[in-house]
Amino acid sequence: MEEWDQTTKSTLTQIPLLTTKAGPRDGAAWTQRLKEEYKALIAYTSMNKSNDNDWFRISAANPEGTRWTGKCWYVHNLLKYEFDLQFDIPVTYPATAPELELPQLDGKTHKMYRGGKICLTVHFKPLWAKNCPRFGIAHALCLGLAPWLAAEIPILVDSSMIKHKDDAASSSEV
Amino acid sequence: METELKEILNELNSLQNSLLDPSHQSQIHQLQCRIERLSNLAKSGGMHRSKVKDMSAEVVDSNPYSRLMALQRMGIVQNYERIRQFSIAIVGIGGVGSVAAEMLTRCGIGRLLLYDYDKVELANMNRLFFRPEQVGMTKTEAAVETLSDINPDVVFESYTLNITTVQGFETFMSSLKNKSFGPHKEGSGVDLVLSCVDNYEARMVVNQACNELNQTWMESGVSENAVSGHIQLLVPGETACFACAPPLVVASGVDERTLKREGVCAASLPTTMGVVAGLLVQNALKYLLKFGQVTPYLGYNALKDYFPTMEMKPNPQCSNSACLERQKEYILVKPARDAAARAKMEAEAQSATECPIHADNEWNISVVDDSEVAGPDVRSSGILPDGLMHELPSADGFSNLPVSGDGSNPLDDLDELRKQLEALNADKS
Repeated sequence: MEEWDQTTKSTLTQIPLLTTKAGPRDGAAWTQRLKEEYKALIAYTSMNKSNDNDWFRISAANPEGTRWTGKCWYVHNLLKYEFDLQFDIPVTYPATAPELELPQLDGKTHKMYRGGKICLTVHFKPLWAKNCPRFGIAHALCLGLAPWLAAEIPILVDSSMIKHKDDAASSSEV
Repeated sequence: METELKEILNELNSLQNSLLDPSHQSQIHQLQCRIERLSNLAKSGGMHRSKVKDMSAEVVDSNPYSRLMALQRMGIVQNYERIRQFSIAIVGIGGVGSVAAEMLTRCGIGRLLLYDYDKVELANMNRLFFRPEQVGMTKTEAAVETLSDINPDVVFESYTLNITTVQGFETFMSSLKNKSFGPHKEGSGVDLVLSCVDNYEARMVVNQACNELNQTWMESGVSENAVSGHIQLLVPGETACFACAPPLVVASGVDERTLKREGVCAASLPTTMGVVAGLLVQNALKYLLKFGQVTPYLGYNALKDYFPTMEMKPNPQCSNSACLERQKEYILVKPARDAAARAKMEAEAQSATECPIHADNEWNISVVDDSEVAGPDVRSSGILPDGLMHELPSADGFSNLPVSGDGSNPLDDLDELRKQLEALNADKS
């Protein structure tokens, strides 16, 4: 974990770890895992809010908790850029991490697989594999999505691949 | 059109015979050649062959299987026609999968099940099989279109779905279990699964399905830098499953970091993909038609033309519970299997003439049993052989960290937890 900054490290240590190794096909064990996922997400979201670092919304899109949708945002040069966030829980979860998708950015950056799946291969997948089953959705957002946004959004904005919604609105009116 | 061309040719011939003036002869001859060329074109264009009931070994131009049936005459395959009873599932119809599907189609495989959720793109054109006019079609749809033209005898089933989702996985499993093609077959509804996917998640899903179904499968892969690849045979319980050996150790000949340049756009070559598809289908044919040795693992390093092979035993501490179940079952039947294999070997040895291979032993060479390894135990000492290194550091010190479910959150009702998260989501501050 040498490469992570102190803030990320201290945030990470405060997200509760999970204990149940169960995927969506495991019945009651999955329900137990889902409870742990919620507890970790609740702890992480409230921590972000109290640290004035609120940066995502995520909720289950189906009762089984296998599909999740929400939003995430990143502030660059005092402007807020917001994106839809979605992912499925894979059948082999938690052996394999969820593939986080930002569909609005599909095709705008090459650090992404088809369908807007962000590339997690180098900076996150090894960590996930090593910490299975203790990492959950909250950890994937903290260690997978957050650093990706921090690295990619400034480049996408500076290269005009994405525009702030106010700019986009005014330019389309002209 | 063919008949009309023939009539023109006949008229031209009679005109040629009736003409006495030799000055027009060469012109008429040119016309005759042109008509002949056109009628040849008309004959070949848009030819579709009809289905063949039995594979014939007859050597005629019109028999699509004569060269394959010749494998029997050459003593390579005992009964080639058995191939029509086999079903193969190919997961991932990309650079490797599509070529593998074409090879099996041309070999006259009984049934092919094709799985992919992608569409054909222009960026795929550096690889084999798909054509530019198929851009925009789903890969499964485009593949079936081409393949059923090449060989209408093959039964095709196409599944346009993502096997890693819960729903996709269910369809994947039930399609593998479906026995409508060969109702008397033991086990699942397919004889072999070929994994031709391009990511770890999908491989883990194929591994999960095959471990649960006790289904033999073969894995294939091409590296991101397009200059190496591998194929691997996976027999649940008998050989290592895909989850048995997590990618903790990598060869250090080339630093992986230098291969993963900025971005995720992987390189690909039609050559490497074609080679790997060829190795994969060759191994599949050997496995199904029972000839030669089926390789447990074959690597391909294009830069050094190096083809390593090895065997991997299953991991008794594998994280996949279905794999552990298959391992238990295999250990139960292993003594009987070994005895049968030994009896077969002995029978073969007896049929060979018995005499000492070397009459003298000038250098006192003797055969030593190496089943009991005496040397340093590499596994327990944690020291790796030369050329290998641990890719990941050892686990971080998380064990003393708080675990969810402790006093901080006494709630243990799913709906309550969901509501709590929604309340946080709704709260703007």
